[in-house]
Amino acid sequence: MELAFFYFLLLGFAILMYVVLDGFDLGLGILYPWFDDESQRDHMMRSISHVWDGNETWLVFGGVILFAAFPLAYATILSTLYVPIMIMLIALIFRGVAFEYRFKAHRSKPWWDKAFAIGSSVAAFCQGLMLGALVQGVDANAIDASSLNWLSPFSVLTAFSVMAGYALLASCYLAMKSRGEIRDRAARLGRRLVIAVMVAMALVSLWTLMEAPEIRARWFDGYHLLLLSPLPLLSLGAGWLLFHDLGDKQHEQRPFFLAVALFVLGFAGLVVGLFPYLVPRQLTFMQAQAPVSSLEFLLPGVLIFVPLICGYTFWGYRIFSGKVEDFEEGY
Amino acid sequence: MELDAALLSRLQFAFTVSFHILFPSVTIGLATFIAIWEGLWLKTRNPVYLQLAKFWIKPFAITFGMGVVSGIVLSYEFGTNFSEFSRIVGPVLGPLMAYEVLTAFFLEAGFLGVMLFGWQRVSEKLHFFATCVVALGTWISAFWIIAANSWMQTPAGYEIVDGVFHAADWTEVIFNPSMPYRLTHMLLAALITGTFVVAGVSAFYLLKRRYQPMARKGFSMALWFALVLAPLQAFVGDMHGLNVKEYQPIKLAAMEGIWPATEAGAPLLLFALPSKADEKNHFEIAIPKLASLILTHELDGELQGLKSVPPEDRPPVAVVFFSFRIMVGLGVLMIAVALYGLWLRRGDRLYSSPLLLRTCTLLTPAGVLATLAGWYVVEVGRQPWLVHGLVRTMDVVSPLPAERVLFSLSLFVITYTLLLGVYLYFMRKLIRKGPPDFASLPEQVIGTHAPGYALAWVKQLDAHDKVH
Repeated sequence: MELAFFYFLLLGFAILMYVVLDGFDLGLGILYPWFDDESQRDHMMRSISHVWDGNETWLVFGGVILFAAFPLAYATILSTLYVPIMIMLIALIFRGVAFEYRFKAHRSKPWWDKAFAIGSSVAAFCQGLMLGALVQGVDANAIDASSLNWLSPFSVLTAFSVMAGYALLASCYLAMKSRGEIRDRAARLGRRLVIAVMVAMALVSLWTLMEAPEIRARWFDGYHLLLLSPLPLLSLGAGWLLFHDLGDKQHEQRPFFLAVALFVLGFAGLVVGLFPYLVPRQLTFMQAQAPVSSLEFLLPGVLIFVPLICGYTFWGYRIFSGKVEDFEEGY
Repeated sequence: MELDAALLSRLQFAFTVSFHILFPSVTIGLATFIAIWEGLWLKTRNPVYLQLAKFWIKPFAITFGMGVVSGIVLSYEFGTNFSEFSRIVGPVLGPLMAYEVLTAFFLEAGFLGVMLFGWQRVSEKLHFFATCVVALGTWISAFWIIAANSWMQTPAGYEIVDGVFHAADWTEVIFNPSMPYRLTHMLLAALITGTFVVAGVSAFYLLKRRYQPMARKGFSMALWFALVLAPLQAFVGDMHGLNVKEYQPIKLAAMEGIWPATEAGAPLLLFALPSKADEKNHFEIAIPKLASLILTHELDGELQGLKSVPPEDRPPVAVVFFSFRIMVGLGVLMIAVALYGLWLRRGDRLYSSPLLLRTCTLLTPAGVLATLAGWYVVEVGRQPWLVHGLVRTMDVVSPLPAERVLFSLSLFVITYTLLLGVYLYFMRKLIRKGPPDFASLPEQVIGTHAPGYALAWVKQLDAHDKVH
């Protein structure tokens, strides 16, 4: 039990790291249409060109942790969500190669801009669709040629919510990494996005509470609400503070970390509602877990390397800290 | 025609994994070369080495990027298209791949940013360290993925509980019988691939009489590498073949085109058209008894043939047979080129022989093609099994509707075809553009003259600050 729970936490950590880190760099692609000047777009790409690869590695990590520790869940979820996963992967390919080719291109630059913006947006949208489909609980046994089990009004709502969330992270990141006009525009966009994200979080929360009696019970039975009330309250607080910070140039880095806090709180709310399920109402992490021999073998690797990875990832960000304009680069 | 979802899933996996392997097989070798050049530059301060490193880091970067994006697909494709396989084999293969991500992917990604963009941000030594770490990461990554692949070829150290594979002994799982051979063979293949890419591009420059000092240095080094590595590869390949004979005799029979249940004194087939229907070869051109001699070290040694097992247990013979010949043929060609290069070094004709330079230019993709062909031998030769002797590929495919797989397969075909074109276009562009010239090298490393972009920004901001 303990070991499986540890991996459940690790999976959560991996997803959260992915969502936050790749969130801001996918988000820059979503924000692209609001920055139509070529030098601004250069600037946006430069702000993440040294980290996007590492950020996306968390997606692979989440996938292999699911594969290694919960093979049954990996098999079920991935084959059930086949179409959004495939579209997401293709979208990630286009936006990923745009980093390399855009700076080396002349005539084809507008095409790489499109590849980056559309690829990022579609990938974020698909991730949101998958989130919605998972929360609603897709039936793994009902696969047929015509079933669009991942497409519902709810999953479309979560898809746009995820896009808004990523765009918010990106606007805070961009504001942190820039000066002058780009910073101002990013902050302005960020303020609007805070409102959008708060509304989206409220809508998604209310919708799940209304639709799923077991999630309702989790929140409102006994003293649960009292214990869980910090989650929505802190979210509101973080959103409010973020809205003000973005209107105030004094805070360079705080908005980004507030946006991250908002993601952490939202994710915690999600886990509270779904625990202990990996596929709601169908598959708990206990049922999906790999044999002890696999979990034990992987444990030292996780305990040694995850802290190391966090360490050198942080070091990598430190090296390129500060404003994008302040470092010339290239290779 | 009724669409077969299982066949489409297999086609899709074959297509996506074939596309992916092109890039790591180049980056493993190139990363190693770049680390060597950067180290030599720090040691000797000969700017040619820096120029080599600075030039090759660009093709490396776009190749690495292609490898990353096409690799993410694979980590999800086991679950999407082979869900039953993931369920029953996940407990063994999952942790190996998790270790790959933990010990290699993050390492590469974490230090790649510094390697590509950190020239002016960190000290020379730290930058060299980052380059070495990236190169090391590519090797570690190969270690784990080869361990996982080899386990599927020669499974060991497992037990089956309720139809699910559990690991009984992880050392046996990782260092399974074919793993040391396959790992050595693949790492050498990757180094040789990089060697011939460097040799080919350098030869192109020498032919065009451009960037002579760098092209000479690169060409000479690459040919020295080829001289050591290519014959070594033939030796390792032979040992690997003996391992296949012991553990996967039917794969070997397909490679050699041996049909009879057992054949004493089997000939080495230079060419043949294997026919599945007739269970024999047509148009054989053979050297008598040589296959037996190579594989059993006796002229009349016995080899097991395809007909020793029922047809449903045989791999698609022709694919394996021809892939093997393409790989070996390219290998022989590469050895010949390396030897010819050695011959021409007498009297300093290495850089001026049009025959050698043209051949090397043509052989730029030789390593990539040989590697790809080799993987076809490995993977197609394992069929009909996914885990050799234990799990049949057809039994563990996801129960997906065929239309859905057709949809994704079409997307991949369109996307990858487009990307390969784009990749080759930009490679060509980078090669035509050539290396940074000597004069600009110091600036690029220590950044005294901030070129265009950053300088403009700084000036603009200074002016801005003065106004306020």
